[in-house]
Formats: sequence, structure tokens, C-alpha cells
Amino acid sequence: MTATPSSSVRNPTDWKGAAMQKRIAGRYAAERRFKLLGMAAVLLSAGFLAFLLISMIGNGARGFTRTEITLPIDFRTAPMVVDPATVTAQSLVSANLQDVTAQAAVTALGPNGDTLLSPNAWLTVRDAILDNPQIVTERVVISVPASTSIDLAAKTDASAADEASYARLQQSGMVSTGFNSAFLSASDATDPTQVGIWGAFKGSLLTMIVTLLLSFPVGVATALYLEEYAPKTWWTDIIEVSINNLAAVPSIIFGLLGLAIFLNLLAFPRSAALVGGMTLALMTMPVIVIAGRNAIKAVPPSIRDAALGIGASPVQVVFHHVLPLALPGILTGTIIGMARALGETAPLLMIGMRAFIATPPGGITDPATVLPVQIFLWSDEVSKGFVEKTSAAIIVLLAFLLAMNGLAIYLRNKFEKRW
Amino acid sequence: MLTDEQQALKPNNAKMSARDVNVFYGAKQAIKTVSIDVDMDNVTAFIGPSGCGKSTFLRTLNRMNDTVANARVEGDITLDGENIYAPSMDVVQLRARVGMVFQKPNPFPKSIYENIAYGPRIHGLASAKADMDVIVEKSLRRAGLWDEVKDRLHDSGTALSGGQQQRLCIGRAIAVEPEVILMDEPCSALDPIATAKIEELIHELRGRYAIVIVTHNMQQAARVSQRTAFFHLGTLVEYGVTSDIFTNPKADRTRDYITGRYG
Amino acid sequence: MTGPAVLLLLFGLGVAAWVSARARATRLQTAARNTGARGAMHSLPSFHGWYVALWTLLPALAFLAIWTNVMPALVTDAVLADPAAQGLPGDGFARGAILSEARNIANGTQAAAFNPAAQPLVAPYRVNTARYAGGGVALALLLAFAGGAYAFTRIRPDFRARTRVERLVMGLLLGASLIAIITTVGIVASLLWESLRFFSMVNPFSFLFGTNWSPQSAAMGYGNENAFGAVPLFWGTIFIGAIIAMIVAIPLGLMSAIYLTQYARPSTRKWMKPVLEVLAGVPTVVYGYFAALTIAPALRDFAVAIGISGASSESALAAGLVMGVMIIPFVSSMADDSIAAVPQAMRDGSLAMGATTSETIKRVLIPAALPGVVGGVLLAVSRAIGETMIVVMAAGLAANLTLNPFSSVTTVTTQIVQLLTGDQEFDSAKTLAAFALGLVLFIVTLLLNIVALRVVKKYREAYE
Repeated sequence: MTATPSSSVRNPTDWKGAAMQKRIAGRYAAERRFKLLGMAAVLLSAGFLAFLLISMIGNGARGFTRTEITLPIDFRTAPMVVDPATVTAQSLVSANLQDVTAQAAVTALGPNGDTLLSPNAWLTVRDAILDNPQIVTERVVISVPASTSIDLAAKTDASAADEASYARLQQSGMVSTGFNSAFLSASDATDPTQVGIWGAFKGSLLTMIVTLLLSFPVGVATALYLEEYAPKTWWTDIIEVSINNLAAVPSIIFGLLGLAIFLNLLAFPRSAALVGGMTLALMTMPVIVIAGRNAIKAVPPSIRDAALGIGASPVQVVFHHVLPLALPGILTGTIIGMARALGETAPLLMIGMRAFIATPPGGITDPATVLPVQIFLWSDEVSKGFVEKTSAAIIVLLAFLLAMNGLAIYLRNKFEKRW
Repeated sequence: MLTDEQQALKPNNAKMSARDVNVFYGAKQAIKTVSIDVDMDNVTAFIGPSGCGKSTFLRTLNRMNDTVANARVEGDITLDGENIYAPSMDVVQLRARVGMVFQKPNPFPKSIYENIAYGPRIHGLASAKADMDVIVEKSLRRAGLWDEVKDRLHDSGTALSGGQQQRLCIGRAIAVEPEVILMDEPCSALDPIATAKIEELIHELRGRYAIVIVTHNMQQAARVSQRTAFFHLGTLVEYGVTSDIFTNPKADRTRDYITGRYG
Repeated sequence: MTGPAVLLLLFGLGVAAWVSARARATRLQTAARNTGARGAMHSLPSFHGWYVALWTLLPALAFLAIWTNVMPALVTDAVLADPAAQGLPGDGFARGAILSEARNIANGTQAAAFNPAAQPLVAPYRVNTARYAGGGVALALLLAFAGGAYAFTRIRPDFRARTRVERLVMGLLLGASLIAIITTVGIVASLLWESLRFFSMVNPFSFLFGTNWSPQSAAMGYGNENAFGAVPLFWGTIFIGAIIAMIVAIPLGLMSAIYLTQYARPSTRKWMKPVLEVLAGVPTVVYGYFAALTIAPALRDFAVAIGISGASSESALAAGLVMGVMIIPFVSSMADDSIAAVPQAMRDGSLAMGATTSETIKRVLIPAALPGVVGGVLLAVSRAIGETMIVVMAAGLAANLTLNPFSSVTTVTTQIVQLLTGDQEFDSAKTLAAFALGLVLFIVTLLLNIVALRVVKKYREAYE
């Protein structure tokens, strides 16, 4: 490299020299290191996802089961009078089944036997009687849910006393594990063995219906207007800037909007699916608009020209040709937006959807909560029994989200590139 | 005394030679049994209608086809007698020895200085700043750009005009002291004045490097090259001394193309 | 008649109007054809149908919407005019309570009166409600018939029904697109309004630059002035969202994008890309739970084991790490787009010089894609600082001004949630502070987004 600039003598590089060979080997080593680094980054990210899912499933699978105690009950000696011929749910209310169950537990399990059962155990007894009224004249064995501490002792670890009572029960062969159907059909409760997700699930469903009904028509109409009709003016620019900004505003700000406008100014009912749905609709709408505009843009202009050429009006062109062709793309965007709304928590906390909801909401103005908020509320509980319930609720939520995203991906692949 | 035509195909003077080369993209064959030699003393032009495979073939000469996922090359291509597709051939070295200039000028979004210094730097050809300055000046002088840019070496390379950008790219290729320079339609994106400057530059570089130029412009091939190869539908139809090809083509297809019957 | 029944009836009328108008237009069209006048009918029969149906429905629906809003006031006025209301107290508040109780009993939402004065008003309430509701429904039906009849008489071959209907459709589309503006205005107005009220109680300067955050003490009456210093919150937000999370997300996201676009086989890319995108689809409450349940205790044990003091079970590091993982797909997809936008010629140019792939990436692709990557990182930061659930569940509530990642810090979003949940009256400085924090968050994220989009846009233009 000593050639002067004016020199015309060629100065070929000695590619075969030892120094150059060594340098090239070093460059290839750097290449391999860099590639490995990239692979490590991908694996680390995917590994974290796997770790999260496995730990949720590991904790949550137990939430779908419950520990049951096979309790012998002798109705002939029980302090109750029930005529098997006239049994109804109503007549059993006054039949003092709580005491009957507690007494049977004391008889079968010893002095503190009733504390080993769930406070709800008598409901299982009632259902058994309703199933087959004849049993009130005999001695039967019924599987009833165990108390939270026994449940914990069976599944993980608990205090020494609980572990001891569980060991005793196990020795006498009176415990078993069953599917916790109450988890899918019950609502929130104070005792972890009695909680269920149905109430929160129904709240989510109602909220999502409100969100969809509001955001989908408005989102599609906005996308159509901006792509097909809007004149290029400062006014249209403002609409566009607003939509892009709304898509980037943190979700909690929408919660503040809902609180200040919907609740305080317009006096809509607090904690209701109606307000939750309206708040989430404002959040989802920009997503639908952006996806809708992209889908509409992808419809080739030749189709519009063809329709206009045979004398269709601008409205007819859009509703007969453009919209049907863009619909799969719009639907994909809508599903993705709805999936995001379904997982959203923070704005709903702002509008009071964090109430303790023990009965599922009957309509969109009743106090309600939603699945993610229920998860948040349970995660705050001190009782250890809630850990598995929280994780189990997360599994349900993730299953729904995966299904929705899977559907969106399927739609996208099926309708991709038709021209 | 050999005739010009025999000299053109003389194997012992060849810098690069190709023997029975086939190139496939997936199942589609883009190049069919092409054999050709390229030497140091002459500029070789590849001509032919678009889609005839001339650019594809050019890219096999420095293995740029490796970057296309489903491309496959059969046959032998040698550089100084060494098979460039042999496992022992290092593609990094090969490309340093066989430089390439592209259809559209593609300077990196860096300063003029850094554009030229890029190659020497990655190949470790200069250790001190002073050495690098020498290389940059020498390369820019050879590329005929020095006088135009010497006062603004640290301006962005993308701020130059199209013709200057293309000469910068030639300078960038020269900076690593290649033995062969491949030019893929280097003037197709340039105006006539810039084109004339590049053609002048090719004249000056001849003899120092083996130069292969792909062009769709027959006048250009006639002006800058001493050897011309006519490609059609993936085959090498005719290869010979440029003046012969243009005045007295042997194959009918060549004549039809040169006289403008198709293309 | 109940609300849904009235609506059903109105829509039934609309359908009937559509069918009959369309039938009439079809007859006219046939007649026009028979006379041989080609194209004599301007619009298709179905457009006449829509025109009449809309005239039937819209005025009636609009009237009902107004009526349901003004009816309660009319009913109350009528009740007050009733002789039974003569004995009511003059005081507005007591009178309002009695009236509302009477209304609830009349609606059936309350079984019996607590205040004996409410009982005699129940009957007048029932009567007047029934009277006004009945009158409203009758008026609505009348309007529906009148509108429909008016439109029906306009059906002529040369009547431009299609133009009218289309003008309405355009109006609806325009109206829908205005909702975005209304929402933006609503956000800005509500945040500004409540913040102004807050700043009338607390000096903005001491809010923005004060270092002591203790809204509890303010609520307990120790004065507002020095309890709302938000600097520890801002620091916590930056520490978690812009520092720790980015230290995780930028290298992992960037390297993942590079590996998947430049090295991985197409089949690998096809599978791994959606897997990484799942990370962005996991609800934040799940991340928060994971951080609080698994990551935070592990980090605390680790910190205790290596002897770091002040380790807490809620830590900036736990929240930041998990948030970083959540952000990986954002960084990765923005980096992916930016690298893909670098022209292929750039890559070819470098490879043709004999550069290896990694040299090409490090020296050409990344420098060329840098503005796009920086824009993507800014968007990711704006996302991270607005994120709520992870920090609520894992970062803690202590407003510490600390550099120790193992200690507990609090963030803007955490405090918004904290201030607005629980039982407070809405006008206290404590609840209004949440809106001031919201305003700061809104402005910062907005600025970040504007800058990021500018950078990305400029970068895109450079290659077009």
C-alpha cells in the first residue's frame, strides 16, 4: 500500500499469504458468532414465551380440579324431614341441609369434621337429592368438595395441621380428585374453592358485543370515507391525524376519558358492560380503520374503473364491489382489534369494572367485571388457593385469544392476494 | 499467426473461463451450456435481448447468484485455473478479486471517502489512516472522479449526480485491487454525457483489469469492447472479435438482432 | 308499551314502507317500459324503497331520542303541578330526594318508601309517566306515517331517489369519521379540564419538579402543596419503560429481526415470526401476574443472595424485564420493516465487494436502516411508558427516587390506577392528580409518536 496516487503499477493483493488467510479465518469466525447471537436472541424470546405458558399451565391445570371427600350420610337419622315424593329445590331450602351435612361430617371425620368440607358442600348434597329423591330414606355416600386448606394440602403444600388431616383422610381412603365444574359455572366468591369464571366471562361477552356493535360500523364507515370519498383537504388531514394518534394513545387514557365523560358528565351506570364496551370501542375503532383502509387500498383501481365505466354511482361502486372485496381484510383487522380489547384491563379499572361480582350480569347496564380484571382481582388475593384459580382463568383467556388470532391468521392466509 | 477470432478464444491467455455452464432457478433453466473465456487485454461485452440470460451469466462469475435462494449452477468456471465453485474457493476472496458494478448506481449512504474505504477496510488492506488516504485518492483518480470530489470527500455519496455515483461505485470496486471487473449495464440509468464519461473510463481501465460489460446498447458494445458475446434465450449464440460480430455476424439470429429485427 | 316493542314496531313500519314503495316504483317502471320510453325511470325501484323507508324511520327515531331525554323533566313538572305535591318542602335537595324516591317506586325499582312524603306522589308519577310515554309513542308513530306518506307521494319516474339516498349515505360516512375527532377532542378536553382544576389547588411547578409524592398525606389534610411532587413517578416510568425494558427489548428484538430476515431458512421464519408475535398478543395482566408471581420473587432471592440491600419483592427490574419481553415483537417488526426497506442493491453492493453477511449487516444495512430502527424504538418507548398492568402488579407503590433496580419504584400509570380506585370524592386534589398525570402521559406519548413517525417517514422517503 505504498503506491503513490500517480503510480500506474498494479499492486495485487496477496490473497494466499498467511496473514491474509488468518484474517479471513477471523472474519468467518466473527460471522459465525454473529449468526449464533441472532439465533440466541430468537431462542431466548421464544423460550420466555414457553416458560410463561408452561408456568401458567403448570399452576393453572390444578385450578380445573378439586379435592373431594366421599362423605357417608345417613338420612334416616338426620335432623330433617323430607318427603321424597314432593322434593323441589324450594322445599329443600328449609330442610336444614347445612346442619345435616355438617353433622354427617362430624360423624364420619371426627370432632372437627365439618371444617374439612367446603362451606358449599351442602349444595352438592342438595343436588344429589334433587337427582334422586329416594336417597333421603337411606344411607348414601356422596362426594362433596373439600375445604380450601385440604384442597391445598392435596395439591401443593399447606400448614402442618392441614397436611396431617389430609394424611388421615387419605389413610381412610375418603379423598378423591374430580373435575371442578363449578369453576366454569360459578362467579366470584370469597372462598377459593367456590370461585368460578362464568360471571366474568359473561361480562366479557357483553362488553365485547357492545364494543363490536359500536366500533365495527363506525370503523368501516370511516375507512370507506377516508379511502374512497374524502377530498384531500385540511379537514381530512385532521381526521387522519386523529385516528393515527388514537391508535397510539395508552389504553389507560381511554379509561380516564370514560371516567370523565361517560360516568361523570353523561352519568352512565358505573361498572357496567355498556360503558366498558363504549370505552373499548373508542380504542378498537382506530385499529379497524387502519386495517380497513389497508384492505380497501389493496382493491385494485381497475375494479372501480370497471364499475364506474358501466355507469355505477360512487356509492354503488363501493358497496357492490370495493367493500365485499375488502371485507376479509377488514374482518381480520376487526378480530385482531377485538382480541386486544378482550385482553385489556387498565381502562376498565378506571370505570369501576373491578367490583366484586358474585352474580353474573343480566344485561349491559348491570354491574359486571371481565376476565382480565377478574384475573387482576384474584392475583391480589392473599389466600394461596387463588394462585391456581388465577392461572386457570389465564389459561381460559389465552385459549380465547389464541383462537381469535388463529382465526385472523387463517382468514388472512385464505384471502390473501386474489388478484 | 493466429486470426483475431482464434485469439479471442485462446484458452491459455484466459483470466476466467467457463465450460458448459448451466444455471437453474428452481426448475427453470436460465443458462444452457455456455462456454466462454475472458482475458486481461480486452473488454468483453455481453449483448442480447432482455431476458436472454446475459446478466444472470455475469452474476455467476463472482457467485452473486449465491444470494438467490433457489439458484443452482452446473459446470466449471475458473479464475486463473482455479474452480470458483470448488468448496475450497472462498467466496469472500473471490468477490474481492472479481469486482462488480451494478445497473443502478448503489453507493452506500455514507461519505464518498467511506464508500471507497469500505472494501479495503473489511479486507484489511490498509492499517493506517495515511494508507487509506492513499488508496482512496488512487481509486478516485482511476475512477476519474478525484478532481470533482477532492474538496468534499466527507459529503454523502448519495448526494452526487447519477454519473458521479456510478463512477464512485467503479472506484469502490477498484479500491480492493480486483483482477476482473464485471459491469452489469452500468450506463442504463445515466444520461448521454455521463455515459460518455463511463465509456472513457472503461477505455482507461482496459489492460489493468479484465473487464466484462453487459449492455443492451449495441453502439456501446461496439464503442467500448474488443470482444462481443451474443446471448439469446439462455444460450451463447456467437462469440468473437467485436468488429467481426457487428460487420460480419455468422449466425442468423445475431444478424437479426444487430440489424434491429428483434430485441 | 315498552321501549323495544316501540322500536320493533317502527322498524316493522320501515320494512312495510320499503316493500310498498318498491312495489309502486316497480309498477311505474313497468308502465314506463310499456310506453316505450327507454330509461324513463331515473332510479332503481329499491332506491325508492330505501328513500321512503328512511323517511319513515329517521324522523320518528330522532323524535323518540329527544323525547326520552326531555320526558323525565316534563313528568316531574306535571307531578309538581299535582295537588298531592303541595306539601313538599321548598328546599331543593330534600324535594329532589323525595321525588326520586317516588319515581323509583313508580318504576318498580324500589319496593317501599322510606320517606312517607314520597308515597302520595307515586300515583301521580305513574299516571303522568303513562300519559307522556303514550303521547310520545303516538307522536312518533304519527311522524313515521307522515314522513312515509310524504316520501311515498314523491315516487315518480323522474324522481332522483338514488341521489337522495346516496347523499344520506355519504353523510353517515362523514359523520362516522368525525367520531375520531370527537374522541380526540374528548380526551384532550377532559384531561385539560380536570388538570386545570388540579392546578388550581396545586402549583404546576411543584407538581412537575417536586420530589415528594405522598397523596395520602394530602388526603388526610396535611395540605396539598408539597404532597404532589411527581418527579419520582417520572423517574420510575423512565427507569422501567425507557431504560430497563429497552435494555432487554432492543438487543433481543433487533437480533431476532436480523436473524429471521437475513439468516433463517424460509421455513424457520414462517414458524418463528408468528411465535414471536404471540408475545405481543399476551394480555398485559398475564405478564403482570407472571412478573409478580414468578420473576419478582426470584429476583429478590437473587439480590439477597448476592448481598444487595433494599431488595424488594416488587422491583423495577422485574417489571422492566417482563415489559421488555412484551416489547420485543414491536422492536423486531419495526427493525424488520426498516431493514427490508433498505434497497437490495445496497446489500448486493456490499456482498459484491467481498463482505461477509455479518459485515454487510453491521456496516451497511444497520447504518442505512438506523433512522427506521430509532423510530421503532421511540414507538416502543411510548408504548412501554403507557403500559399499566405490568407495573401495577409488579413495580410497587413506593415513590422512590432510586437507581437500584432491585428496589420498588412507582410509575405514572400505577399512580393513576391507585388514585382513581377506592372510595374518594371526585373533587379532591388526590383524584384530580390522576388526570394531571394522565395529561403528562398523553403529551409525552403523543410527542414520542409524532417524532417517531417523522423519523420513519423521512427515512422511507430517502429510499423512494
